[in-house]
Amino acid sequence: MTSATRPVDRPRPSPAILRQGLRVLWTGIRQQKKVFSVAVGGAALWALATVATAWAIGYVTEHAVTPAVESGEVTSGGLWMIFLVLFGVLLFNMAGVVLRRVAASIAGFNLQALYRRRVTRQYLRLPLSWHHSHPSGQLLSNAHADIEAAWQIFNPLPMAIGVLVMLVIAGTQMVVVDPFLALIGFLVFPGLFAANLVFQRVMSPRITRAQQLRAEVAEVAHESFEAGMLVKAMGREQEETTRFGGVTNDLRNSLINVGRTRGMFEPVIEAIPVLGTLAVLAVGTARVASGDLSAADVVEIAYLFSILAFPVRALGWVLAEIPRSVVGFRRVDSVLQAKGSMEFGEGDLPREGAAHSRSVGVSYAFAEPAERAVLGAEDPLEDPGPSVPVGPQRAMAIRDVTLDVPAGRTVALVGPTGSGKSTLTSLVLRLIDPDSGTVTLDGIDLRSVRKGEVPEVGTLVAQQTFMFDDPVRDNVTLGAELPDDVVWEALRTARADGFVSGMPGALDAVIGERGGNLSGGQRQRIALARAIVRRPRLLVLDDATSAVDPSIEQAILGGLRETGDGMTVLVVAYRMATIQLADHIVYLEQGQVVDQGTHAELLVSCEGYGDLVNAYAREAAERAAVAADEETV
Amino acid sequence: MTTTTPTAHDDEHEAINSEIGGSHELSTWATLKRGLELSPELVRGLWVTVLLALFATLGKVLIPFVVQQATDNGILADGGPDVDFVLRAVLLAAGAIIFTGFAQYVVNVRLFKAAESGLATLRIRAFRHIHDLSVLTQSTERRGGLVARVTNDVDTISMFVQFGGIMLLVSTAQMLVATVLMVIYSPILAGVVYLCVIPLVVLVTKFQPMLGRAYGAVRLRVGDLLGAVSESIVGAVTIRAYGVEERTEARIDGAIERHRAAAIKAQIRSVIAFTSGQAFGGITTAIVLVVGTVLAANDQMTLGQLLAFLFLVNLFTQPVQQATEIFNELQNAVAGWRRVIGVIDTPADVSDPGTDGVRLPRGPITVEFEDIAFSYPGGDRVLQDVNLTFEPRTRIAVVGETGSGKTTLAKLLTRLMDPSEGRVLIDGVDLRDIAFDSLRRRIVMVPQEGFLFDESLMENIRFGRPEAADEDIELAMTELGLDPWLSGLPLGLATQVGQRGESLSAGERQLVAIARAYLADPDLLVLDEATSAVDPATEVRIQRALEGLTRGRTSVAIAHRLSTAEAADVVVVVDRGHIVAVGPHEELVDAGGVYTRMHASWAAQQQG
Ligand SMILES: Nc1ncnc2c1ncn2[C@@H]1O[C@H](COP(=O)(O)OP(=O)(O)OP(=O)(O)O)[C@@H](O)[C@H]1O
Ligand SMILES: Nc1ncnc2c1ncn2[C@@H]1O[C@H](COP(=O)(O)OP(=O)(O)OP(=O)(O)O)[C@@H](O)[C@H]1O
Ligand SMILES: [Mg+2]
Ligand SMILES: [Mg+2]
Repeated sequence: MTSATRPVDRPRPSPAILRQGLRVLWTGIRQQKKVFSVAVGGAALWALATVATAWAIGYVTEHAVTPAVESGEVTSGGLWMIFLVLFGVLLFNMAGVVLRRVAASIAGFNLQALYRRRVTRQYLRLPLSWHHSHPSGQLLSNAHADIEAAWQIFNPLPMAIGVLVMLVIAGTQMVVVDPFLALIGFLVFPGLFAANLVFQRVMSPRITRAQQLRAEVAEVAHESFEAGMLVKAMGREQEETTRFGGVTNDLRNSLINVGRTRGMFEPVIEAIPVLGTLAVLAVGTARVASGDLSAADVVEIAYLFSILAFPVRALGWVLAEIPRSVVGFRRVDSVLQAKGSMEFGEGDLPREGAAHSRSVGVSYAFAEPAERAVLGAEDPLEDPGPSVPVGPQRAMAIRDVTLDVPAGRTVALVGPTGSGKSTLTSLVLRLIDPDSGTVTLDGIDLRSVRKGEVPEVGTLVAQQTFMFDDPVRDNVTLGAELPDDVVWEALRTARADGFVSGMPGALDAVIGERGGNLSGGQRQRIALARAIVRRPRLLVLDDATSAVDPSIEQAILGGLRETGDGMTVLVVAYRMATIQLADHIVYLEQGQVVDQGTHAELLVSCEGYGDLVNAYAREAAERAAVAADEETV
Repeated sequence: MTTTTPTAHDDEHEAINSEIGGSHELSTWATLKRGLELSPELVRGLWVTVLLALFATLGKVLIPFVVQQATDNGILADGGPDVDFVLRAVLLAAGAIIFTGFAQYVVNVRLFKAAESGLATLRIRAFRHIHDLSVLTQSTERRGGLVARVTNDVDTISMFVQFGGIMLLVSTAQMLVATVLMVIYSPILAGVVYLCVIPLVVLVTKFQPMLGRAYGAVRLRVGDLLGAVSESIVGAVTIRAYGVEERTEARIDGAIERHRAAAIKAQIRSVIAFTSGQAFGGITTAIVLVVGTVLAANDQMTLGQLLAFLFLVNLFTQPVQQATEIFNELQNAVAGWRRVIGVIDTPADVSDPGTDGVRLPRGPITVEFEDIAFSYPGGDRVLQDVNLTFEPRTRIAVVGETGSGKTTLAKLLTRLMDPSEGRVLIDGVDLRDIAFDSLRRRIVMVPQEGFLFDESLMENIRFGRPEAADEDIELAMTELGLDPWLSGLPLGLATQVGQRGESLSAGERQLVAIARAYLADPDLLVLDEATSAVDPATEVRIQRALEGLTRGRTSVAIAHRLSTAEAADVVVVVDRGHIVAVGPHEELVDAGGVYTRMHASWAAQQQG
């Protein structure tokens, strides 16, 4: 609970930020060519119209206002001319602004949406081990805040491009009037550039830290809200608030730091063009005095400068956004570049009859999740990803296990807590790949099979049920087009038809996020129905009836027996009845197969097995004995 | 409770059904007021900032003026350019820009500080309040949505509170100065300018609610989006096991697309608002020039005055345009604010009586359920006519079929929810009158769905008693007989358990949850299927340890494995929301009721 205090990054000056920023912009522009062109077109129109406005006022003053004032006679034609010329320019200006702003925001939001799709696809594609080292809250923040940070720059960008157009127009004009004076004016640009370089250097590590802390705030909030019930049950609201307050205050301080830099940069960027104007005035006056230049020329140049002062600020905004954009993009990109998604082959699996699952000599070790990855860290080593495990490895969860589940048979996996049963079931259905050894279905190596093929054939009812925030029907079908009677049939087999029909809306009843409106056993039964409805050739039940009462469990297992021809079943269980349904029992301890055989065989040959399955009976017997003792005493 | 605004839910009767509000009913003004009330830092020392900002603005207005003076009276001076005058003016302006620049810097930093501090307070406050809401109220919104409320929604506000508010003040000041100057130059033209403002004001006022709704929709979509993404991350295993990546993708894509559409829609509206401000500026200039020409032609003003007046018009329309833009930003901020305030002003229906609450002494505990009935919001009764007494120092087992109401009973007992009817008493005191710190100290529950934090085993267990020393935790593990398990982990108690404890096996997670509750050392321990995934041998071992150590305490255990019931002093049988039998195992097992049936099936399983 100390994530806030972990140093997340080392501030590091990076002179390449501007270059990277331009690359990010270019990446975005390339993907939104059309919309972006419209925005730039609008910006150019706006820039032209802005320059034209100054011209138009001069024009009507000279051709309509002055004559009228001098003659003392007002003609309606003259007044109309004033109005229409100004109004015409205004219309162009407005059209430019609308085009620019609307298109710019469409481009920006399109990019955001595009990258959100990419990032969330990547979340779905990356292996579970990657998820283990990347907290959910951080991933949420990545999908929203980082992407926003990366592409928000598209809002001011077209305006900045418009400003460039203005600068070109004004610059040309200045050069035409007096190249020497223009040169002094252009000194402004190296000034802006230098200021900006310093700014980027200071800003970039600060923004990196702020974005990381933003993600951590989301992470703590997400975790804490998921733990809501526990926090309440233990009365730890204050402690959790303190924890959240810790990261939030870190974020606050870091944002204030960002603000300091930004707060300094803006006045500087504003001052530089003004100082340029003043320099032009001073030098210009001297040149007029020495007779090199006419007064009117200086005035014109000074005027050109002064109308540029405000738009140049827009350039400043874009420059100020660049570090944020780069940091956001880097964090997003690190997810997109993350390697280690499962490789799939081209093969198919047979679709008929019960499946034969065989794993030979498989071993698997989890990576120690000691270090949490920092998204987009500049040093790739800081983002270990799945392929560079850091820290000591856990003891192997599965060690050289050979497991044979013949077609049409039921095999039970039995073993103490933490012995590797769930890990083995994940291997059998290729949720994870073994470090060594092979896993096959009907003799076909699972790694050579197409994506999506294994779930078609084998189905897992996980130890922990997961429900989607959907109606009951969708939780059973998971989107497959199935008639209601098939769904009901599966619910009946799982003994879930009774309570589902009692719920308001029956199949359309909403069950809340993670199935919160159901009891634990009800969730398990829906999860069972979800598996049954798919009529898998291989059904893997990982302690899937732990929250179901004994009588119902028997009914469910009996139901499976009836419908289960053509189905191979691998079941993790402790209960004797479940175990007894099995044709064959495999007993695991510490990731290794210690013994296997029938129940009767194991009772004789394997002490650990006997201890485990007879624990209750022995306990009951001892209690009875104690009670009897007490009575006799 | 913090129901301070009159608009907040004052209907206490509906409290049990309360959902987290969006506070849509709050007007912009009320939202602002409440927002400032919740983040007092936003206005603390604001007047200094405002003064500095006015100073900075004055400098900005001064500079064009000086430049103009330097041009008119220096370069274009009668009798040749006056170099000295220009140099002096230039130096003055340079000095002014440096000063105003510095003032601006101070203003910026002050604003950033005030804004971020205020928003941090708001985040923390909202976060705390979400935890104070009852579990039922919490579950009316997806976790992702709740996260959005303390993260992105607050971020939305920051832009406005950093600059918007102060710019609005500065703009108003600038408008006032410009107005005074305009009236001095030409009252008639000033009137013309004000006539031109009227349609803009009408338009902007009309537009505000529309903008507000559009931004509100965006906030809502962000919540949905995060909810959908969160589901795809937390459900990673299920999604992979069932190969439903495509369907999940489609759902997320839908949320992304709806967010995009809403965001663009809001943006277009804001562009319309901005453009109308711009149109106002342009049209006003044109009309002033037309009317001014007429006036000048009739000798009511000079040409020079007219041109000077145009400069003032610019000085006036600029802040007006800026204000329309700020109103946009305001609506955006208000949309975020509403959602945060909506959370904070949602009444906590299961609330801590706090300092008024009774504090009970520790020791043996008696529990009574009096005529309890309970229904979940909008649902049927799931518990009815529950009358029960748990004597001190007894071990109670609660059994019953799936969905019969056992967990509900436990939640009422631990006051995660309040009963719809009747009362729960401990030591004769209504749970609703007991201060939370006393209640949580005495009663601790291990919920059916255990949760572990992404921390070490040690820290997770310490959650049960934050002040516990490392040795206490080690001792607890030994007492529970968990040493053999720990010694199998290379890092022992320092082992990281991963998110939600996913780096442990399901049974191991339950062991940690039990150790955590055990460390908390309550007078009444409620175990809701706390060992359902633990192997029988370990379960028996733990049960023995707990029994030995909690002798003299009351414990309530809910279990499907009837070994628990066999070992208990009293068995409570729940059937479809009713208590159908209470008594020791030996009595009930032969009584021929629900329990007899359940036990027979259990026993059959054991013999095989
Ligand atoms: N993601 C993970 N990272 C690291 N270690 C893990 C991870 N998941 C499981 N383990 C470890 O691997 C071992 C085997 O775990 P597994 O979940 O397979 O046990 P299990 O036999 O299913 O236990 P249970 O009966 O409690 O469900 C355990 O020691 C566990 O701590
Ligand atoms: N949050 C909720 N909203 C609406 N209905 C609920 C909610 N939680 C539970 N229910 C319903 O209340 C009834 C009792 O649920 P409860 O969780 O108390 O059952 P249980 O006896 O603990 O079952 P299990 O043995 O499966 O855990 C069930 O029918 C369930 O669907
Ligand atoms: Mg397991
Ligand atoms: Mg329950």
